[in-house]
Amino acid sequence: MQQKNILEYLEDTVKRVPDKIAFSTGKESMTFGELYSCARAIGSFFAEHAERGEPIAVIMDKHPRTLATFLGIVYSGCFYACIDEKMPAARMLAILEKLEAKKIVTDKKNFALASSLGDFECFVYDDVANTEEKTELLCDIRKKQCNIDPIYVAFTSGSTGTPKGVVASHRSVIDYTETLCEALKFDGDTVFGNQTPLYFDAPLKEIMPTLKLGATTYFIPKMLFSFPVKLVEYLDEYRINTICWVVSALVQISSLGALENHVPKYLTKVAFGSELFPRKQYDLWRKALPEADFYNLYGPTEATGMSCYWYADRELRDDEPIPIGRPFDNTDIILIDDEGKRAERGEICIRGTCLTMGYFNDRDKTDAVFTQNPLNTAYPELVYRTGDIGAFNERGELLFICRKDSQIKHMGHRIELGEIESAANKCEGVRSACCVYDNEAKRIVLFYVGEVDSTTLTKTLIANLPRYMLPAHLEALDALPFTANGKIDRKGLKERAEKIQ
Amino acid sequence: MEKLIAILTSLHPDVDFENNDSLIDDGILDSLDIVSLVTEINAEFDVTIPAEEIVPENFNSAAALMELITKLDEE
Repeated sequence: MQQKNILEYLEDTVKRVPDKIAFSTGKESMTFGELYSCARAIGSFFAEHAERGEPIAVIMDKHPRTLATFLGIVYSGCFYACIDEKMPAARMLAILEKLEAKKIVTDKKNFALASSLGDFECFVYDDVANTEEKTELLCDIRKKQCNIDPIYVAFTSGSTGTPKGVVASHRSVIDYTETLCEALKFDGDTVFGNQTPLYFDAPLKEIMPTLKLGATTYFIPKMLFSFPVKLVEYLDEYRINTICWVVSALVQISSLGALENHVPKYLTKVAFGSELFPRKQYDLWRKALPEADFYNLYGPTEATGMSCYWYADRELRDDEPIPIGRPFDNTDIILIDDEGKRAERGEICIRGTCLTMGYFNDRDKTDAVFTQNPLNTAYPELVYRTGDIGAFNERGELLFICRKDSQIKHMGHRIELGEIESAANKCEGVRSACCVYDNEAKRIVLFYVGEVDSTTLTKTLIANLPRYMLPAHLEALDALPFTANGKIDRKGLKERAEKIQ
Repeated sequence: MEKLIAILTSLHPDVDFENNDSLIDDGILDSLDIVSLVTEINAEFDVTIPAEEIVPENFNSAAALMELITKLDEE
């Protein structure tokens, strides 16, 4: 029988290795058996206290019990949206409003924060995880589910200021899990060291293979990413053999010189993605771990996780960018030019079961990027238009060239510069604002016009944006420059930003 | 010390670096700040902070950082 629900991964694994550690922070762990019973308890609670298909927000620290909460919500036939507890309250509210969520699950630490957000029903993990299992009810819920039912909504930066919520289904997550495990050759002995936050799709790379294969994932404390030698010690202590990190986290270790005397002892697999790996730093890693397998991953949240991978099976020329390679099995990538024709260089469009359902409560934005496959005029078939420009190299490997619009990748985070501009425009006194990204210095620069001092503007930005979106530099101008066509001269401002010391 | 405070203040204008001694414990300095700090200190003070010295104890306060810089300068 074909798999229709991600919970089947957990249910199969718990039979095989109930006492093995599934998720751990190092200090606190949960076995597959504990995860299973907690998830079913939470599922039983919401089966009685929530509507089927209801969104439930999760505001919790990164911990094994957060995973039990996610799975519990899925057991109840609801879906979850995990929210960064460090995000400003204004942005949290914008997300909760978009989601039309009434319920929040939280931990003791974040309970006060969750309760202060407004008129939401807040549930503390310890209370709901103690619910007695209602086996028949859970069974009944499962019977009525389809694989196109949602699992989660992951919010990503939106250009108009409101974050967009990507809806992922069982079908897309199962497709991703199967092909990812096969391509990267994960198995039951894989020990993941997780770096990415739980409120994105990125940690699916560790979570789903862990559930499917009975592997183990350690949630590495965020603080360690500031202290590379301690981070390497942590990797060694828990015998972590596989990492799937954003490039900036890897660069953190290599650029501070940690690899010279501290090479992770057990590391055999290094997958990276989300942004371009500076060649010098990539080479330092390759040199430090000559026996390890390296994979470059590429993919948008809208296609569930990663869509493409390149296995580093050869040395690259010095001037050669690291390819994003070829699509995972059952995923197809086509490059489309401005006329909607197949091209050697064009917009990367993705088709396959990996596509998510679209944006939550946002038909217009969904229709703009989940469009009819331009190469198929015979019957309805969706592709996701990434907005990324790609090309093939002489080996037939896909390369990422640039963005079509003003979306950027900064410290592994996907950011719409428009969201920063929209936050700046909320500040009283700001008449206009334009945000650019200095690719070389890796910093966000905001130009603005108006009778307002930079401290006041900074305060407004802090109140509306997550920290990783805050500009590194603000500059007041008498007027924004315009091009001959009457558009803001972003190119000119970018050049200006690059000259700022 | 003034030079160091200036570097720190450029990262976080709102923090009292003269008196705060829990910059790491309170999560004021994040991993991005640590990289900028190490790069700037290396350049401004003509030292090389080795990876082994990039530990929380050395970054919790301006005083601890200054002590580290002085130690490295003498070596």
